[in-house]
Amino acid sequence: MEKVFGRPNSLRNVATHYCPGCGHGIAHRLICEVVDELNIRERVIAVAPVGCAVIAYDYWDFDCSEAAHGRALAVATAIKRVHPETVVFTYQGDGDLAAIGTNETIHAANRGENLSVVFINNAIYGMTGGQMAPTTLLGQKTATTPSGRQAGSAGFPLKISEMLASLAGVYSVERASLHAPQEIVRAKKAIKQAFINQMENKGFSLVEVLSPCPTYWGMSPKEALDWIKDALIKEFPLGKLK
Amino acid sequence: MSNKILISGNEAMAEGAIQAGCAFYAGYPITPQNEIPAYMASRMPEAGGVFIQAESELAAINMVFGASAAGVRAMTSSSGPGISLKQEGISYLAGAELPAVIVNVMRGGPGLGNIAPSQADYFQATRSGGHGDYHCLVLAPASVQEAYDLMPLAFELADKYRSPAIVLADGVLGQMMEPLVTSPRHKVTKSPEKPWALTGCKDRPANIVKSFYIREGDLERFNLLLQKKYKAIQDKEARYEGLNLEDAGVILVAYGTMARIAKSGMLKLRQKGKRAGLIRPITLWPFPQKVFQRLTVHGKQYTKRIIFLVVEMSYGQMVEDVKLAVDGRAKVEFLGRSGGGIPTENDVIKAVSRLIR
Amino acid sequence: MTEKIIIAGFGGQGVMLLGKVLAEAAMREGRFVTWFPAYGAEVRGGTAHCMVIISDQEIGSPYIGQADTLIALNGPSLEKFKSRLEAKGLLILNSSLARAGLDKGLKAVEHPFTEIASGLGNIRVANMIALGAFLSLKNIVGLESVEKVISDIAPEDKKGLIAINQKALREGARLNG
Repeated sequence: MEKVFGRPNSLRNVATHYCPGCGHGIAHRLICEVVDELNIRERVIAVAPVGCAVIAYDYWDFDCSEAAHGRALAVATAIKRVHPETVVFTYQGDGDLAAIGTNETIHAANRGENLSVVFINNAIYGMTGGQMAPTTLLGQKTATTPSGRQAGSAGFPLKISEMLASLAGVYSVERASLHAPQEIVRAKKAIKQAFINQMENKGFSLVEVLSPCPTYWGMSPKEALDWIKDALIKEFPLGKLK
Repeated sequence: MSNKILISGNEAMAEGAIQAGCAFYAGYPITPQNEIPAYMASRMPEAGGVFIQAESELAAINMVFGASAAGVRAMTSSSGPGISLKQEGISYLAGAELPAVIVNVMRGGPGLGNIAPSQADYFQATRSGGHGDYHCLVLAPASVQEAYDLMPLAFELADKYRSPAIVLADGVLGQMMEPLVTSPRHKVTKSPEKPWALTGCKDRPANIVKSFYIREGDLERFNLLLQKKYKAIQDKEARYEGLNLEDAGVILVAYGTMARIAKSGMLKLRQKGKRAGLIRPITLWPFPQKVFQRLTVHGKQYTKRIIFLVVEMSYGQMVEDVKLAVDGRAKVEFLGRSGGGIPTENDVIKAVSRLIR
Repeated sequence: MTEKIIIAGFGGQGVMLLGKVLAEAAMREGRFVTWFPAYGAEVRGGTAHCMVIISDQEIGSPYIGQADTLIALNGPSLEKFKSRLEAKGLLILNSSLARAGLDKGLKAVEHPFTEIASGLGNIRVANMIALGAFLSLKNIVGLESVEKVISDIAPEDKKGLIAINQKALREGARLNG
């Protein structure tokens, strides 16, 4: 019998700690499928974030580094400069990449570091208990915006991908989503292209992935997918930005 | 003409690092250490290494984290305000057991302070300036030659103990030029094999570099391992220079630039027949406790008769380590200035003369 | 023998270079030397200065509290540092840009270094004339050593300036003759 679906080689055979309906498990798997398909498990190096995906290295079966919160792209910059023959990527959430690490993000991008970035945007802080993220929508209730995010006091959803797309050093920016099977296929394609770009020395490539967080959105997994489609995408439209 | 060159302490530290096989430098400009990144920017590419002017001190130290995780000898340099920013990364380096060298060319503080030479970052360097239960090795050069010579040692110790090592200099030492003999007195050891480094997991299980221990009990076990390592460092790596100790009534204790001044004061006192001596700690952590114990415990005839005079360009930081080492067995006095003031040779001579009379 | 020298002037008058050339020459003659600059924001605006110590013995502080010699290439640096001269200290003053009017006891040697340099065809060599004048009074480093340093340390794009700097040095050494 032909096996048509299985665990990617570079994904460890362990259960994840993620909540039901969380997008991280899917995103982790997409990366591992891409690593397998490109046959780069032995030369890929990941930099994990601080956030819910902090122990991504427990799930990925290839070399991984931790980074302090927000500093993944500084760490990745150095690893790639030291070992140009490796394929280095960061996996970062909205707090890591677009709040505490904005400076590292913008400057690694602006230097045109030859790196791939998977940016998970779920519009909330999961690990610390559902506080406002820079990408939280106006009106969205969180632990630190109990009556909904107000622009006057908490500013607007930060469109960091659009900002990065404006930088001369950036090669490619694309926004994808995990809310439907066909979108997941597109997200994988975008991630794969970001890796291929690096292997072809094209420079800095970022894929923003809209990802569900049913727990801190206060929704069922199904409702969370619908909310991406009905609300999140309106603020963060999908497609190639650069 | 000899093989001596006239060079600043900052450039000497940079060249010492290159000679030690440092293959990665990231930093952010701050006075009084700007000659280090400038030197590295031109010298590192010649040496086949990587130079990056980072967007911040935070980015710089985290780049050093990445380069060290990737297995090469890596360093950064800064001064007070920048070193404060680097504490995040230094704590992570200690937690992930990554070797790295951090040069602090101390300036006046707190806050933005000024750019004058200072020794006020002693506590920050020796007391784990960042969060958590850790130590950095701390080396304190007192001349341009030693600034050069201690760099290979800093890299070697960092690699040996998989720990960040700080070279604690000051504005005088960084800025002044002195003759330097460029063949290192300290034999440079090559960077050892690093089987834990991130290089891609070809023909081996995947490596993980991390400082995160979330499962119950894991972090305590890890901390106990760190403590064991720190004990070994304290037992084996303390270094100091002692001068005229055996008959001294007053022993000056000073490091770095201050030790040079204390030494010339001590030598003048000797010319006048006054029994002064000098202990110059070369490692500040581990602190060379044993010499203080030897002088105050084993030679019982010295007990209570020795007075230690600690001289610092601060209002009293290393003096606490001297008091801990002496543990009440002798008198410990202090002379210090801060914020740009430097105790002079005459200040030292006067203070010792008062104590000796 | 220990000689403590403060060298001060406007930024651009070459006071740092004067100090470096002197320190380098003394080092080559086997002496202990230190060179310590004013650095950072301190060098903007007013005066630039550096401190050179030359000695037969190991040098403690490179910072000079009281100097044996002050080489002042302009008025503001004379004002700033004249109180830092030892009682019997030597003042070498650029009379093109400053007037002494000094307290008694100081030995002041005044020459119009800037004008002399201008006469030699390059106003920027006033520093080497001052160095020559200093060395003719305090014979701590040989002129030949200094000339050799001048030619050795000149970067590729400044090789053309070696001769005039050496000439300036010699010119300065003759002033007190």
